[in-house]
Amino acid sequence: MEAVHAKPGPIERISVRNLSVDYHGIVALHDVSLQVQASSLCGLVGMNGAGKSTLFKALMGFVRPSCGSIVIDGLPLRQARRSQAVAYVPQMESVDWNFPVNVGNVVMMGRYGGMNLLRIPRPRDHRAVRKSLERVDLWSLRDRQIGELSGGQRKRAFLARALAQGASVLLLDEPFAGVDIRTEKLMIQLFEQFRAEGRTLLISTHDFSHVRGFCDQVVLINKTVMAYGDTSEVFTEENLARTFSTIPPHDLALPVEDEVWLGEA
Amino acid sequence: MGGYIVGWLLEPLSHDFMVRALLVSSLVAAVCGLLSCFMTLKGWALMGDAVSHAVMPGVVIAYALNLPFALGAFVFGVGSVAVIGFVKQMTRIKEDTVIGLVFTGFFALGLVLVSKIRSNIDLTHILFGNVLGISDSDIQQTVLISAAVLVLLMVFRRDLILFCFDPTHARSIGINTGVLYYLLLSVLSLAAVAGLQTVGIILVVAMLVTPGATAHLLTDRFDRMVWIAVVSAMLSSLVGIYWSYWMDASTAGCIVLTQTGLFLLSFLFAPRHGVLAQQRR
Ligand SMILES: Nc1ncnc2c1ncn2[C@@H]1O[C@H](COP(=O)(O)OP(=O)(O)OP(=O)(O)O)[C@@H](O)[C@H]1O
Ligand SMILES: [Mg+2]
Repeated sequence: MEAVHAKPGPIERISVRNLSVDYHGIVALHDVSLQVQASSLCGLVGMNGAGKSTLFKALMGFVRPSCGSIVIDGLPLRQARRSQAVAYVPQMESVDWNFPVNVGNVVMMGRYGGMNLLRIPRPRDHRAVRKSLERVDLWSLRDRQIGELSGGQRKRAFLARALAQGASVLLLDEPFAGVDIRTEKLMIQLFEQFRAEGRTLLISTHDFSHVRGFCDQVVLINKTVMAYGDTSEVFTEENLARTFSTIPPHDLALPVEDEVWLGEA
Repeated sequence: MGGYIVGWLLEPLSHDFMVRALLVSSLVAAVCGLLSCFMTLKGWALMGDAVSHAVMPGVVIAYALNLPFALGAFVFGVGSVAVIGFVKQMTRIKEDTVIGLVFTGFFALGLVLVSKIRSNIDLTHILFGNVLGISDSDIQQTVLISAAVLVLLMVFRRDLILFCFDPTHARSIGINTGVLYYLLLSVLSLAAVAGLQTVGIILVVAMLVTPGATAHLLTDRFDRMVWIAVVSAMLSSLVGIYWSYWMDASTAGCIVLTQTGLFLLSFLFAPRHGVLAQQRR
């Protein structure tokens, strides 16, 4: 299926150079550089606190980097967001689940950025919403109030909202956390379709079998990029061991978390 | 019996001031009712209380300088929130503490100004409203303010819904949430000063949250929530004013008490989210 679409040359969809992010002086990311091409399903792997979510937030422009630059789809971040080049599904949604909106309304919110000032949906917006809901198998629940969904269904609803946006870059922070096997299969299928459509997906996960199973590229991080490239070359025992050792291999010359020192004592 | 009720309804309408009071307060109720949906969903009740108190010095100064009171209210309403944001950012003090201390500070300033500035403002009118004695120029301003608030809320309603529901997503699709924040805030300052006309500073927060809360218990759809809030707010104003006329009781008190009564009804009997319905499950 995918083999039909040959990769359309190395178009850089995500380009990060020398990115560092700190939270009030505590370093979360240090000197991160990476490029992800079009038609790519890229895994993001690292232990808790390695900076995966922080990288996503930096890619969205939600945290201010202390240095470095990010370009998405050839555009600076603000323009990339404005032109709906990038869609983001956070690790955890922090919304009010009693809010008077139904599943269809929520997915329609993915289309707002491309609408006029009054955000009046056009026929193609309705079509996009329907298609997205069908793809995550939630069309029949479109009139449910958003809080009346199960945890896994909620995750699918927010994934559908990102799909409805029609972005060429999808940033998915732990999309598989808390979903059942059937949904997991459905999502993997969906992600592979997206890659075939020429989109770029960056997906953080704690499940190595996912990386081996369907990620053609992988980024290993532990506050900085430990390795990245084709999964077959990079996803080795040795690199994983380096990534999951508590102490970053080269001294960052910056404050390190307490637990690291406890481990040494 | 029927004649009695008709008389009860019609007699007050022979007074010009009653007609004006009923019209102005319905308009204000509609506007505040609409805004209350956003306030309750955003969790801005305390912010509403803060802004409505903080506009006090602005209103006093505007009256003293013969400027439109809406202008003074606007400057101090938005200003107070800017101060709240600044203090919160610069210190470790929690937000609700900052809000509490800033709005009481502004309110106290207003009290001092009223007592020192020579003018024809009546403190009780500001504190408790004076809709039965509202002046023509105040009516004009209230109508203008209400129109502005209505138009802004209607034009930006979908953006504001999104902003209340999921600001992170709003940002991620390129919407400027800072603008929406200040828009909602400005609208709040304006609505507070309109609400102040009917029920006064002390009770205006009821106009800004109660109808929305009542409506939220009755529906899971935003457009219905708006209708319920607006209708319940207008109904409360009308009933409250009649009630206050016939009982010769505080108008502001009667209006807000009616709103509270409606909330209580919906709290008890709302079909899905009321306490009785939840007991039965
Ligand atoms: N808002 C914040 N303020 C301060 N520190 C933060 C904040 N968010 C994250 N951090 C810190 O930054 C580091 C990276 O966090 P991040 O959430 O990016 O990790 P992660 O790789 O996503 O972890 P997980 O697998 O648990 O989701 C952690 O040490 C965390 O404590
Ligand atoms: Mg994370």
